[in-house]
Amino acid sequence: MKIFIPGDSAAQSVGSDLVAVAIAAEAAKRNLDITIVRNGTRGALWLEPLVEIERDGKRIGYSNVSSDDAAAVLDGTYPSIGELDSFEWLTKQDRVTYKRVGIIDPLSISDYEAHGGFVGLAKAQKMSKADIVAEVTESGLRGRGGAGFPAGIKWKTVMEASADQKYICCNADEGDSGTFADRILMEGDPFTLIEGMAIAALAVGATKGFIYIRSEYPAAISKLKQAIEIAKPKLGDFELKVRAGAGSYVCGEETAMLESLEGKRGVVRAKPPLPALEGLFGKPTVINNVLTLASVPEILASGAAAYKARGVGRSLGTQVFQLAGNIKQGGIVETGFGITLDELVNGYGAGTLTGKPIRAIQVGGPLGAYFGKDKLQTSADYESMIEAGGMLGHGGIVVFDESVNLAKQARFAMEFCSIESCGKCTPCRIGSTRGVETIDLIISGKDVAKNKELLLDLCEVMTEGSLCAMGGLTPMPVKSALNNFPEDFDGGK
Amino acid sequence: MSLIMEPDFGTPASKKTERVTVEIDGKSVEVPADTSIMRAAAECGIDIPKLCATDRLKAFGSCRLCVVEIDGRKGTPSSCTTPVAEGMKISTKSEKLDRLRQGVMELYLSDHPKECAVGDACEVHGVAKKVGVKEVRYEAKKTHLDLPKDETNPYFTFDSTECIVCNRCVRACDEVQGTFALTISGRAFDARVSSGNTSFIESECVSCGACVQVCPTGALKEKNLLTIGAPTRSVITTCAYCGVGCSFKAEMKGNEVVRMIPLKDGGANEGHSCVKGRFAWGYASHQDRQLSPMIREKITDEWRKVSWDEAIAYAANGLKKVQEKYGWDSIGGITSSRCTNEEVYVVQKMVRAAFGTNNVDTCARVCHSPTGYGLNKTFGTSAGTQNFESVEHADVIMVIGANPTDAHPVFGSRMKQALRRGAKLIVVDPRQIDLVKSPHVKAEHHLQLLPGTNVAIINALAHVVMTEGLADEKFIAERCDADAFKVWAEFIKRPENSPEAMEKVSSVPASEIRAAARLYATASNAAIYYGLGVTEHSQGSTMVMGIANLAMATGNIGRKGVGVNPLRGQNNVQGSCDMGSFPHELPGYRHISNPDTRAIYENIWGVKIKEKPGMRIPNMLDAAIAGEYKGIYIQGEDIAQSDPNTAHVTAGLAAMEMVIVQDLFLNETAKYAHVFLPGTSFLEKDGTFTNAERRINRVRPAMPSQTGKSEWEVTCDLAKAMGYNMHYNNAAEIMDEIAATTPTFRGVSHARLDAEGSMQWPVNENAPDGTPIMHIEKFVRGAGNFMLTPYVATEEKTNRKFPLLLTTGRVLSQYNVGAQTRRTGNNIWHSEDTLDIHESDAELRGIKDGSWVKLSSRVGQTLMRARITDEVAPGVVYTTFHFPESGANVITTDYSDWATNCPEYKVTAVQVEPSEHLANLSHGNDEHGDVQLDSIIRMANQIASNIPAAGAPEIEVAHHLTQFWTPVMRKRLAEDVDPKLLSDVVKKALDLVKQS
Repeated sequence: MKIFIPGDSAAQSVGSDLVAVAIAAEAAKRNLDITIVRNGTRGALWLEPLVEIERDGKRIGYSNVSSDDAAAVLDGTYPSIGELDSFEWLTKQDRVTYKRVGIIDPLSISDYEAHGGFVGLAKAQKMSKADIVAEVTESGLRGRGGAGFPAGIKWKTVMEASADQKYICCNADEGDSGTFADRILMEGDPFTLIEGMAIAALAVGATKGFIYIRSEYPAAISKLKQAIEIAKPKLGDFELKVRAGAGSYVCGEETAMLESLEGKRGVVRAKPPLPALEGLFGKPTVINNVLTLASVPEILASGAAAYKARGVGRSLGTQVFQLAGNIKQGGIVETGFGITLDELVNGYGAGTLTGKPIRAIQVGGPLGAYFGKDKLQTSADYESMIEAGGMLGHGGIVVFDESVNLAKQARFAMEFCSIESCGKCTPCRIGSTRGVETIDLIISGKDVAKNKELLLDLCEVMTEGSLCAMGGLTPMPVKSALNNFPEDFDGGK
Repeated sequence: MSLIMEPDFGTPASKKTERVTVEIDGKSVEVPADTSIMRAAAECGIDIPKLCATDRLKAFGSCRLCVVEIDGRKGTPSSCTTPVAEGMKISTKSEKLDRLRQGVMELYLSDHPKECAVGDACEVHGVAKKVGVKEVRYEAKKTHLDLPKDETNPYFTFDSTECIVCNRCVRACDEVQGTFALTISGRAFDARVSSGNTSFIESECVSCGACVQVCPTGALKEKNLLTIGAPTRSVITTCAYCGVGCSFKAEMKGNEVVRMIPLKDGGANEGHSCVKGRFAWGYASHQDRQLSPMIREKITDEWRKVSWDEAIAYAANGLKKVQEKYGWDSIGGITSSRCTNEEVYVVQKMVRAAFGTNNVDTCARVCHSPTGYGLNKTFGTSAGTQNFESVEHADVIMVIGANPTDAHPVFGSRMKQALRRGAKLIVVDPRQIDLVKSPHVKAEHHLQLLPGTNVAIINALAHVVMTEGLADEKFIAERCDADAFKVWAEFIKRPENSPEAMEKVSSVPASEIRAAARLYATASNAAIYYGLGVTEHSQGSTMVMGIANLAMATGNIGRKGVGVNPLRGQNNVQGSCDMGSFPHELPGYRHISNPDTRAIYENIWGVKIKEKPGMRIPNMLDAAIAGEYKGIYIQGEDIAQSDPNTAHVTAGLAAMEMVIVQDLFLNETAKYAHVFLPGTSFLEKDGTFTNAERRINRVRPAMPSQTGKSEWEVTCDLAKAMGYNMHYNNAAEIMDEIAATTPTFRGVSHARLDAEGSMQWPVNENAPDGTPIMHIEKFVRGAGNFMLTPYVATEEKTNRKFPLLLTTGRVLSQYNVGAQTRRTGNNIWHSEDTLDIHESDAELRGIKDGSWVKLSSRVGQTLMRARITDEVAPGVVYTTFHFPESGANVITTDYSDWATNCPEYKVTAVQVEPSEHLANLSHGNDEHGDVQLDSIIRMANQIASNIPAAGAPEIEVAHHLTQFWTPVMRKRLAEDVDPKLLSDVVKKALDLVKQS
């Protein structure tokens, strides 16, 4: 009997390790022949620890299991949520990138292959560089880190650059508040990322790769290191290494990440030169987010046409959304672009956890816009979000109920920047601190009109003048809060 | 005269040849591809506001003031980081850009003092005004205005309250100097410039001044700017320390120097400097400086200040009396590598024309005389082959017996830039010098040889090249003498020259030698740089020739990125050699025996010049002790401190009847002088220095002579008083005479140097604008000449009594015997010489770090403190010779290079024992017997053993004796020496000499 008990950080944080111990002990007591698989979470985080027992090829789920429930689960007396394959919250999703997450044993290469792993790589190995790049370009895949830059075009630039060394760098410095899709994938299906990077390496002619993981993800770091060792025979001359960050948010910015990878302070570089031409150690470098690279194996395996059949407009394929904050059913929702924000937060998310009405949602991390209820019908795709004055970012959505004060949230945005700015460019370095001070004056009711004007001027200097998106986007939550929730900025009146 | 402001184009010039045309604010401008928009704008007179950009550093893009708008592109990119593209239309002015710039400056001003201590030297307020900021609307709570100042550096202050975190200082430290002492600590608003979480003086900072120079605010500023005030005029001149020859702007207020700013336009330094040139010029006005002539009858008498006329008359009478008593050749002179070409030229002219003797030598005798000999024999000219810029094109750099980061710091920084860009490094040195491992620089191979075994290593390297098929056959066939090559190839391939054989001698693993040889030989462009660690050996000349052989065998001569480059120790050591300072040569390295050359000078000078070489410095001293040499004029050299075997030197000086010293200070040699003539500092001189890359740089007086006379005037006065009429109206006339008589200087004049900047000799019909790289199509001597270089171990060997080998060198902050640097704030970094000793040798002797030790050799003993370090290998100890108290040269022997008598400073067998600090020492060990005769015997035998036995070595030896020895020395060798003490070759050679 196979028992699946998620071993990823999300499940661990609600006690899945204890559950695993308890079930193993209970089974031993009963002389039951069981195999425990520490799979990744399926992403339905409100159900964790979600134990699955496989019987007759069917996986039956038991949610919110505690270590006290081991006997009941084994007895079959613990209430089941039924077969996972027909669990609607999952079945109505369109899992492409997350195809295997939660299903397989993360470090079992045979399990991985049994579920379609390495099909894409095998195909790529038989294709020319240009054909691989063309396939990725054709699929419409765009950078899932937030900027949405077409992956194929970036790869083409690197492929065409001539150099004695090229690199593939995976940006796994997932620092945005309310995002966790990279982590869950790395812990639940690390081979997919490795395979995606190996395909990228073939496509551009790189022989070395780095996965830059934030230090706050020790489990992901360990999983990937083990997975790389296991997958080595599949990788040919592609040498892949994991590098841990050092606690700096801005190292998620691609050029600061390169600096950090080179062993320097994590400070943003000016562009040009583009990293695709002069990246890591000055060599042509593909930098993609975890989800971008992890989408590649399936694109190669099933073809560009199948992938781009999903989504809307120029936002093709699927997005792995992450529902967080004050939400009843938080977790991973992978679906084609074009789903409305309302379907995500009220449909999949089932509204707030507190049960109070939603007042605001922030989409795209701490630098994303705050939307009110009026924007909930917006289609979740790159273009529609920009049109609505926000951005999709890395696909994280944080929900707030009516107790939220948006002036304080605006202050938080500036404060976040004043802590995490790399300190290189003036607008971000000094501006963020002045932003906090100015919002404080507004909140305390001092010269509100004058200070609001000053704040807007500052936002322009930061937006237009900053060196990178950190300073450039910090005004987005501030201005969206000001515009969408002006009543919170009346100086306490 | 006014303050010279060099333009700043914001970003470095593009090296691309392709050109693109863009339109900036409606003006069309054509610039090289990859030029930044900022620079393109500056080139057409459009000044885009900037604070973090400067053309000495790579674009950084942090201040965000230089934003522009580009037709068809989104946003407002920074013009410093955005390169131009064909057809680009750029606007540098608009309402939006004004708003952004004002916004940025408003942020800056919200964390900046309202008034800056350095006034206009802080650019923040100026830029704020320019972009139109009227008020700062922020009610700033968090600021950095209460941070403390760091005043620990003797020359500059770091005031963090004025710092705008533009990173210019950090980038200058990284990109230009390569020390990586500065960083930014903290992030966001807390990001601050930091000297590594410690004070500047405690940090890795080497005080090169690059950070101070680029700082746009008052955060890093010269202390003088606050104490003396803003300068009002600049004088462009040349540093008087090492052979790099950096150009500086002396920024003056009245006749006081406020600061020295390296000139961006300087050919040798391109805007960089080191702690000595940039800051350590205060000695020129130190209280020890002597400004009045002085005389005394006996060296035990007190000095008496007299007029110039009295001093000159006294000196001339003294010299004349000596000549009357002891003959024409009983007097002579020593020229100085610290003085200008013009000053040196007139001294050798005075000796030859007014004294009527060829007894003129130079302090280069004790440093680079083997370079002159060795490169002349192989290439045909006594000079380095490359310009400094060449190092940027090298793929492999071999540094032998040189320590550029300390002794030639500005070139060292340039070399480190090349290494950081990917050039590979081989270090051949007994010590682990900084280059072996320092931030972002690591030698591929460090051949840590025993002192005295250079030739073993160079032969082994060449052996690998010749036996592993790594030679450049085409170059050898086309450019070198075929016969000489054949003989050399046979010699070098012998098993005795193999790395395996030489490992036993040098203690360098054969595998390392082989790997280094392969790396050097297979590089597209490999360059050799060497220093006194090559020349100051008993086989100094052999080693120079060995280096030249290796470069020729691998075809690394005659283009950018290659070459054989001596790093000259003193500002004008190249020039003093060029100017005919050697007893056997007239200016331009032409042998004194050549009647045509003599005729050129005889016609202009109106005197007969003797055809036989005069005495070298050691010969002069030997002859003085022997009672044959009694009068000397020494310009700007402290032989009692700088020359080896101090006891021997002072015995020689004490034996003379008229010693004339011209110097800034009453130096150690002046203790033996009868006449002291005050010299001028470089700040008062008018003339030229020639640096290690043969670059003739102008030296211009920043202030009038403090003694009332130029040094060349004093020399002329002395010549006149001796009865020879020597007159010039100014230094330019002296250069005109040099140009008129010296082929390599034919096209040089002060007027041309003033109009066109520095030039590298030869400057003549064939090279009207000078010669950055030599031997391009053919060697100066025609075909490159391979010389045989058998390894002959030095006679200075360790034994039970003296079991350790001492080698010597310099530190960054002090210079040579320290006469100048000891009289500046530089003592804060190095206030005494220490003895570097390996832990195992120290432990064996019970020596602790910092404890006093007695250092003794067979010639003398001295005391200093020990410094325990692994920079030296076990069995080797090391010291510097900057302080007279430690008297390192009390220890060094009078062994010298067989060909040139350059002292063997780099190898002395010594013992080291723990000691009390004030232990009573008799400095010199007693000398017995006929010193002169002993050294003549040793030198003759040494010459024979260094000239290989193939063919007829006696002819070579005889030739050497005639070319370089004085008639007196040859006579003594022939008549006074017991033939049993001479080798067969010497005996045969003597017969030949007698026959001729």
